[in-house]
Amino acid sequence: MNVIVCVKQVPGTNEVKMNKETNTIIREGAEAIINPFDTYAVEEGVRIKEQTGGKATVISMGIPSVAELLRQTIAVGIDEAVLLSDRAFAGSDSLATSYALSKGINKIGDFDLVICGKQAMDGDTAQVGPGLAEKLGIPHTTYVRKIEEIRKGYIRCQRMTEDGYEVIEMPLPAVITVVKEINEPRLPSLKGMMKAKKAEIRIMTADDIGADKDLCGLKGSPTQVVETFVPVHDVNSEMIEGTPGEQVKRLAEKLLSMKFMTVK
Amino acid sequence: MSGIRIIEESCIGCRLCVKACPFGAIRMDGRKAVILDNCTLCGICVPACKFNAIDYEKGPVSNAVDITKYSGVWIFAEQKNGVPEPISYELLGAGRKLADDRKTRLTAVVIGDKLSDACEKLIAYGADEVMAVEDGSLAVYNDESYSDIFVQMIRKGRPEILLMGATTYGRSLAPRIASRINTGLTADCTRLEIDPADGKLLQTRPAFGGNLMATIICPNHRPQMATVRHKVMKPLEPDYSRKGLVTRPEVSIPRETSVKVREVVKTIFEMVSLAEADVIVSGGRGLGAPENFKLINELAEVLGGAVGASRATVDAGWIEYNHQVGQTGQTVGPHVYFACGISGAVQHLAGMSSSDIIVAINKNPDAPIFKVATFGIVGDAMEILPLLIKEFKAALG
Repeated sequence: MNVIVCVKQVPGTNEVKMNKETNTIIREGAEAIINPFDTYAVEEGVRIKEQTGGKATVISMGIPSVAELLRQTIAVGIDEAVLLSDRAFAGSDSLATSYALSKGINKIGDFDLVICGKQAMDGDTAQVGPGLAEKLGIPHTTYVRKIEEIRKGYIRCQRMTEDGYEVIEMPLPAVITVVKEINEPRLPSLKGMMKAKKAEIRIMTADDIGADKDLCGLKGSPTQVVETFVPVHDVNSEMIEGTPGEQVKRLAEKLLSMKFMTVK
Repeated sequence: MSGIRIIEESCIGCRLCVKACPFGAIRMDGRKAVILDNCTLCGICVPACKFNAIDYEKGPVSNAVDITKYSGVWIFAEQKNGVPEPISYELLGAGRKLADDRKTRLTAVVIGDKLSDACEKLIAYGADEVMAVEDGSLAVYNDESYSDIFVQMIRKGRPEILLMGATTYGRSLAPRIASRINTGLTADCTRLEIDPADGKLLQTRPAFGGNLMATIICPNHRPQMATVRHKVMKPLEPDYSRKGLVTRPEVSIPRETSVKVREVVKTIFEMVSLAEADVIVSGGRGLGAPENFKLINELAEVLGGAVGASRATVDAGWIEYNHQVGQTGQTVGPHVYFACGISGAVQHLAGMSSSDIIVAINKNPDAPIFKVATFGIVGDAMEILPLLIKEFKAALG
């Protein structure tokens, strides 16, 4: 079975820190990483390939340097990596990203399943998976925590919900987005690292994938950012001192007086 | 042509744009800013520049629609077994204000089976109209049938604004619909207002783990779609004397879907889910051992709240992932959040810092959790928790 995994480059998580005095973002070590949620998608793709035979391909959209990051996925078992890179893609919102990825995936062709991470760590929108499925014209299931069965033309999986899970069946090809509960990503093997080093990362432009440039990047993005600001958190912390017994009494008094805890 | 450039004559080299760029895509070259290749054209630097030295041209967008043909505010009213979910009332609260500001109608869209009670409640909570699509096959949420039906309704009814919950279903349905009708969608909005100047919906959401807020618009496409997290918007007081219209829109309901929901399994049996809880009691590594979570469970039960957990405890297998609060778990916003033995890594804070009151119990007085805490107790959670349980049991009966 052939699997295509979508990954995104995000800023390393500790990167965004605020300078309290100037209210600006402090950038420390501009290191980029693969979106942590996508590493579960990569692992699941590799496992399906190993179990069913076939090929696991990774696709990303980003600046040329993302190609180097994609090598990490080859080190853990991905067969081939494709990077969509073109100035025409810059400024894409989730709709334009869904469109570009769908064109890239159709260009790769011959796939049974597309796997995305639940959401990206920087934007947190969780929109590209379902948006992409729509552009591909195939069904999707979000928040998959387990694949119960997968074979040619059929998948049965568990979707995590607020209070449990659902068992969902879909025909393939389809798109799933996965939560971290689905697996534990492996570490790269020595052999994998050697392979990753030598691997050729295919770079494709908007023309290569036959994308309509009017639907890519800023032009293809209905949403725009008009303002950004730093939220103000006014926390008046109060430390409650005393013996444990006194601390608890005083805390309970304070909370009960706020009326939040009286309703039962 | 769309693009971005620095107007060199206007740039005074103040570096404000360099600091504002979340992607490190602006560098100083001598006294002038230079935009690098890794610029994503997000536009965040534009308002940061106090000297109008950044020229940002979005150019004409594709698939623009005649926005004058769209009117009305719609919300998607999620329900389970015919009972609206709390998020539906919260969306009505937010939608009511927007509809009043736009001098237009507020409509709740509800899809399911046996919905007459739900319709009544939705009107009491602020809807002028409820459009109900009822069918036995729609009793359980299904991405395929729900999106097909919803898109038919949007194409016919042409709302200018459509709000959905940032719930498991809402976060699946909304992008599917937005992608089909080619409109913009802003996730997890914490503030929604009408721009008094031109009537556009201003959608404000956190970015970068809440360190930055961004206001987003969707000027040329309709509906303007947004999702809203649990507990962010306030519901109105229900008024059962309110009059509203219940309509049954004519839509074709798919007889057979390729996506089939075979089973709905409940694994969390607490009274309230994390997302909807007014009180959350969370445990971290400071509990010392997995069995000590029973104290967390007990306090949550006494307070009628839900149980949360830090990533460390979930990774160690002490508790199920559904309970994880934080950047890789759930984002919550209860009235009171108890962090017991949780140090407060930045990823955890990102998931709970919008709680109204935060109580932190930790042995380490320097733990970062105390920086966001309303009330802090330096002490061993294992010693404090039993006392708290006793205290609240006595007080709350």
